[in-house]
Amino acid sequence: MGIVVPLTLSEEQQMLRDTVRDLAREELLPQAIEIDREARFPVETFAKLAELGLLGMPVPEEYEGVALDSVSTSLVIAEVAKACGSTALGIAAHNSLCLWPIFEFGSDDQRARYVADLASGRKLGAFGLTESGAGSDAGGTRTVAVRDGDDWVLNGSKCFITNANFAETFVVTAVTDRDAGPKGGISSFILEKGMNGFGIHKGDEKLGMRGSDWGELTFADVRVPDSQRLGDEGQGFVNFMKTLDGGRVGIAALALGLAEGAYELALKYSHERQAFGKPIAKKQAVAFMLADMATQIEAARALVMAAAVKKDAGLPYRKEAAMAKLFASEMAMKVTYDAIQVHGGYGFTTEYHVERMYRDAKLCTIGEGTSEIQRIVISREILVH
Amino acid sequence: MNIVVCIKRVPATDSRIKVGADGTSIDDSQLEWIISPYDEFAVEAALQMKEAAGEGEVTVMTMGPAESTKELRTCLAMGCDKAVLLTDPDSGTRDAHTTAHALAKAIQGLSPDLVLCGKVAVDRDQGQVGSLLGGILDMPCITEIKALSITDGKATVERAGDSGTTETWTVSLPAVLTTTKGLNEPRYAGLKGIMAAKKKPIDEQEAQLGEAALTIKSLELPPPRREGRIIGEGPEAVTELVRLLREEAKIL
Ligand SMILES: Cc1cc2nc3c(=O)[nH]c(=O)nc-3n(C[C@H](O)[C@H](O)[C@H](O)COP(=O)(O)OP(=O)(O)OC[C@H]3O[C@@H](n4cnc5c(N)ncnc54)[C@H](O)[C@@H]3O)c2cc1C
Repeated sequence: MGIVVPLTLSEEQQMLRDTVRDLAREELLPQAIEIDREARFPVETFAKLAELGLLGMPVPEEYEGVALDSVSTSLVIAEVAKACGSTALGIAAHNSLCLWPIFEFGSDDQRARYVADLASGRKLGAFGLTESGAGSDAGGTRTVAVRDGDDWVLNGSKCFITNANFAETFVVTAVTDRDAGPKGGISSFILEKGMNGFGIHKGDEKLGMRGSDWGELTFADVRVPDSQRLGDEGQGFVNFMKTLDGGRVGIAALALGLAEGAYELALKYSHERQAFGKPIAKKQAVAFMLADMATQIEAARALVMAAAVKKDAGLPYRKEAAMAKLFASEMAMKVTYDAIQVHGGYGFTTEYHVERMYRDAKLCTIGEGTSEIQRIVISREILVH
Repeated sequence: MNIVVCIKRVPATDSRIKVGADGTSIDDSQLEWIISPYDEFAVEAALQMKEAAGEGEVTVMTMGPAESTKELRTCLAMGCDKAVLLTDPDSGTRDAHTTAHALAKAIQGLSPDLVLCGKVAVDRDQGQVGSLLGGILDMPCITEIKALSITDGKATVERAGDSGTTETWTVSLPAVLTTTKGLNEPRYAGLKGIMAAKKKPIDEQEAQLGEAALTIKSLELPPPRREGRIIGEGPEAVTELVRLLREEAKIL
């Protein structure tokens, strides 16, 4: 498939990985069970992560970012997810779904107004695409923006929006031309918390990613000047498809990290747990389960890296991103499930990390396009080319 | 304020150590490497002293294999200004004397106000390089400091004395200080620091080794610890315990 997988990481990439690994082990893992149990978004942690640059990954220094390439970003997200999936999700959504599109599609003025605040973490970002009646079928967006002189007036709502209750900057999509269909009729807007008519509401209790915040957005005659429109009029659909390509590499990396975290715990536990007078690692059934986990993880890593390398090289990578996301998230379900099995009854308790990782992994087969949607994307790419 | 910090690349503390085929060195083919944890306190202290002084330069130095650039870069990412790598492909087998001489040679050329290093590298656990440096460089040396401040060309330090006491010392600079836990909380290298580190210089030069004071004849892992045994409970067990300590363990 012409995919180039880097066999070795640069010294800088290793340093990034190792630094974030230490940080995650010392700061994120110890609170991961608690924030999951309490469904608490760890604001203070995000302040610390911001200081270290984790909220400014895709943009250059002049915007207070750190200008990481996609390979490095994937390493960072995977290391965070190894310790805490919820934290990784908040970081990924902020970086790839809000900061990146504003930097990529924004006017000079929009860049100047929003990018540095987001990249430095002074403000958290969110992305509102999904609606109660439009998820996979994003073309079915109902939120409308109607032109009124120099302004747009937005009405509608969004649901399942990550970071919603802590974000101050939002990228949202709305129909601007019903007759033009999705590709031409949908535009993106940058909204700010506190705008008249813009409501932010707490989301429902969730299965996993409970330490990540989500919520509903409502728009009741939200009036914004045309200068808040992000990208060309009618290009919203095309632009968020590009945004999701990058986002999917991030979710794939997140799934990879969750799987690796669960695998490492299972491996350690298999040495410690004795049954029938021996560590359970000496039982072939357990050892083979671990062998399968390790193999699946490496296969997923190769796909994630292939997508990231292509993106960094400026090559088309939609197919690779979808493959990485599909494979890594399904793999993470299997690996975290088996990690619970290795832990036996203890794995079923909320005192061990693996059941949380299993619940967290489930998001990866749904968010930023379900596994079914990834298959649609992949099949379109392979059938056309 | 011109500070030199000496660090060492050591196997990660959770490594499983194996003796190499030659029987005198460690098999390093499967190891992950880190900065020796006590050295991180030294790096943090250097950065804090420079920040407090509002001027100066922190040079981080190591003697080690070429791969040590990774550990040096991490220090540069934390905020050190430049790095010196004294290359020595066989650094894993050098004794403290050899190492201290090589470091001292390179340090002399930099005429620092302060030399900092960790109290001990956690690989061999010998803890000699710091004191040897003080001797070779003819500078006062205080080991295992847990507090440090600098005023008017003097360093005031605290270290743990006997039976829980704290000793406070004041030494004129330049001096060699070795650091221990409690001195500070080493900072993380931020992503920005890591990206900036690639633009900072690492000066690689061949280590000017001193003469070895000892050579390794053979290396063995400690015998596996034998399983514990419960010999009884309460005062009744004491007689039996003493008997076993005398007759079996032969330590009484
Ligand atoms: C934790 C979490 C965080 C999220 N964060 C955000 C966010 O920040 N911003 C945002 O905009 N959205 C967010 N989402 C929403 C997410 O992107 C959607 O849930 C997802 O795209 C699926 O849409 P849906 O829920 O409407 O499901 P549906 O689209 O209703 O899907 C239901 C089922 O039908 C299948 N299906 C649908 N269409 C097809 C088809 N054509 N062919 C085959 N099968 C099909 C799906 O695969 C799925 O199995 C988040 C979701 C979760 C769970």
